[in-house]
Amino acid sequence: MNNPILKERADQVHRKGNAPFQISCDRDSLAGAVSQRACVFCGSRVVLYPIADAVHLVHGPIGCAAYTWDIRGALSSGPELHRLSFSTDLQERDVIFGGEKKLTNALNELIDRHHPNAAFVYSTCIVGIIGDDLEAICKRMSEEKGIPVIPVQSEGFKGNKRAGYNAACRAMSRLVGTGNIDDVSPHSINILGDFNLAGEIWIIRQYFERMGLQVVANITGDGRVGDIARSHGAAVNVVQCSGATLDLAKMMKEDYNIPYVRVSYFGVEDMAESLYKVANFFPDDPSILEQAKALVREELSVLYPQLQAYRQDLEGKKAAIYVGGAFKAFSLVKAFRLLGMKVVMVGSQTGTSEDYQELHEITDEGTIIVDDSNPLELSAFLQEKDVDIFVGGVKERPIAYKLGLGFCDHNHERKEALEGFVGMLNFAKEVHSTVMSPVWRFVPRNNK
Amino acid sequence: MTKTKSNQTNKTNYVSTTNACKLCKPLGACIAFRGIENCVPYLHGSQGCATYMRRYIISHFREPIDIASSSLSEKHAVYGGGPNLKKGILNVMEKYEAKMVGIATTCLTETIGDDVPQFLYEFNEEFGDQGLPTLVNVATPSYSGTHMEGFHATVKAVIDQLVGKTDMNTIAIAPKTIIPNVNIIPGLVSPEDLRHLRDILEDFGIAGTILPDYSDTLDAPATDEYAKIPEGGTPVADIAQMHQAKATLEFGRVLAATGNTGGELLRDRHSVPHYALGLPIGLRECDRFFATLETTTGQPTPRKYTQRRGRLVDAYVDGHKYIFGKKAVVYGEEDLCVAITAFLAEIGVKPVLCASGGKSGHFQEAITAVTQELLREPPLVKEGFDFYEIAEEIEQLQPDLLIGTSKGYPLARKLQIPLLRVGFPIHDRFGGQRTLHLGYQGTQRLYDQLVNAVLEKKQADSPVGYGYL
Repeated sequence: MNNPILKERADQVHRKGNAPFQISCDRDSLAGAVSQRACVFCGSRVVLYPIADAVHLVHGPIGCAAYTWDIRGALSSGPELHRLSFSTDLQERDVIFGGEKKLTNALNELIDRHHPNAAFVYSTCIVGIIGDDLEAICKRMSEEKGIPVIPVQSEGFKGNKRAGYNAACRAMSRLVGTGNIDDVSPHSINILGDFNLAGEIWIIRQYFERMGLQVVANITGDGRVGDIARSHGAAVNVVQCSGATLDLAKMMKEDYNIPYVRVSYFGVEDMAESLYKVANFFPDDPSILEQAKALVREELSVLYPQLQAYRQDLEGKKAAIYVGGAFKAFSLVKAFRLLGMKVVMVGSQTGTSEDYQELHEITDEGTIIVDDSNPLELSAFLQEKDVDIFVGGVKERPIAYKLGLGFCDHNHERKEALEGFVGMLNFAKEVHSTVMSPVWRFVPRNNK
Repeated sequence: MTKTKSNQTNKTNYVSTTNACKLCKPLGACIAFRGIENCVPYLHGSQGCATYMRRYIISHFREPIDIASSSLSEKHAVYGGGPNLKKGILNVMEKYEAKMVGIATTCLTETIGDDVPQFLYEFNEEFGDQGLPTLVNVATPSYSGTHMEGFHATVKAVIDQLVGKTDMNTIAIAPKTIIPNVNIIPGLVSPEDLRHLRDILEDFGIAGTILPDYSDTLDAPATDEYAKIPEGGTPVADIAQMHQAKATLEFGRVLAATGNTGGELLRDRHSVPHYALGLPIGLRECDRFFATLETTTGQPTPRKYTQRRGRLVDAYVDGHKYIFGKKAVVYGEEDLCVAITAFLAEIGVKPVLCASGGKSGHFQEAITAVTQELLREPPLVKEGFDFYEIAEEIEQLQPDLLIGTSKGYPLARKLQIPLLRVGFPIHDRFGGQRTLHLGYQGTQRLYDQLVNAVLEKKQADSPVGYGYL
């Protein structure tokens, strides 16, 4: 096999050990490289998607809506409007004459039909070209219907997924500050950057509530328009994930002077650390930190004995990680270590140089660190490192399986809760169920 | 014949689409290109399209599909995507060592007015000395037509740009020892269907060209290498010689009615006799298919298939009482709906609604053609429908089962009725790529599954818990 890395991408791959750490990132994907990245629209769509009582209208041809219909396992405890896929389904004549009229009529129709608490209108590639004035239409509809109708500037080609996160945050910031905060406790937080995949935000919310904290808004897992509207009443923004909602936290710091703290709910260390970090924001009530400590003790006393059984089987196995945002990878590296496993490759679609610097610090010598990779590179790395399990999303799964190695879905289609202490146990089970399967005995890789 | 029920309803025509019963045009192009040997599908557009479609296709086939992209950004949208297209093709050449690159446009590049044929001409001028892959391009603006139009347009573009060409500077076309007897243009069927068609040709003892053929590329055996391009697919050299075949068999009654197909191009440009057939599902459509094969090859249908036909009729008889009068809703792409409806009409199941997101303008006539001799009451036929509209119609129709893609699952769940999964996509069950629909054998499988779905429902709903049914 020839070198799988295109010359222009050589500086986006680093092997820890041979040279001082340096990696290039945060640039446009290379044409023809078959990037695993999606687009700006995708970034906005995944962040706003779990807001369950809003209409999410995709203004564009049908594809963008069709491919994001019910795509995330973002659960709702109430309304499920987010699971419907709304589109203006633009046709040729709309492209020629403009889609504004169709958009107005579609909004009229959908708002009257579903009575949502807000509507988000996503701009797609061609809307950016034909120049429909989303801002004006949304403003008018908002006045007519008496609900927030918010444009999301998510034209697919105007950057990568991270630009989409930013557009989503700007859209949500229009809601913030519009709700009543009279009953918000001084001991309160917003949970940002968790999308309630497989019910995860319910686990996390319950931890915070056990500590005596009020959760004002879930942003955005099991999210509600009204909660986001009064989220400016919370004392702290607790932000997870690689910046999907970090921009919103920054805006709220600027506008409402609400401090934020970055956390991760994956793995034992990061989960516990996150609870302590949040508790430390409330020094006026020491019982909050006490509760956090008690909670961690209690959960660990249940978890550790169960983990040991898995660890015995998994000790020494090798893992590779390729995820959307690098932040998740930090926790995964630690989680694998807790299982006695070794991470030999780690990469992300949209990591920043700070992210990669941190990955470099927490990984072992020889680990491959890669930005915005593609199937040919990933498969070559997996083979070279002879890994036992690859962690990624749907697009990474067939790469692992074709090579005859295990896989764990850690992306938005997962059906197992992987956050919190119980999530660590589920993660161990997931890893165990793929690594220990007898099927690998029969694949060509092990029958050379 | 009873008179056709009016398809006019009092409902307003909705402006918005909710839960579309269709996909976008370039997706069909990608699947079709994946069915050509050593071909990399390439989308000229922004990065997201390729990634979304990969994810969607992977979730059905459970196979890798690498789709390259021009990854256009803002400045390209302003100044044109030509430079990135060329760069992208060069990168695909370098890393994938592709013999062919199949380039489909997207809504972005169509809207900014990129002239892809011109770009490719320039590319040839500039890099022609480097041993270029064959480049085929197709216009697939997603704002006009569905994934099916994209699929068919790609097949036609491939025929238009490759058949009869001997001057392709890049591909050495070794003359074939066996001249293909027939061309089969099957449409968007499953890898298992394609394998079945290959078996049929083999059993008839004839060489044939199936275009496209992703039976191996989208359902490949386990390997220990990540194949840059999976083995298999219709060889480009075979495509170049499709004009020498004795006949083209092209599936899809709706497709045929459009009068704009690859098979017709072979007929009009190269005088290859053209047989437009329905997808061979159900006894009558299968009989037509086998009769056409007999005509074009001069061979009788092998006993294996006449036996299967006999067993199918036997099964029709054995199972008929369980399913008589059951009401079914069929949805999905138009031609598969037509074929399934043809089959239902034969077995006494009553199709009450045939719905598609496609808008060919020929759905009604095709459904009528396959049902009128058998059905007392024709089904409602709806083009340009989405799942919201299907759900509305269903409230009145009270069907006993649904037949279509996995995207009807929310409806089946709500109504607590069985869903028979057929076609593409099947995202919530295992083995969608191995679903056999075609031939007497595929019909047999569908029939068994349908009868069993009815029996299972009856058994589950019964307080008795019958052990014999």
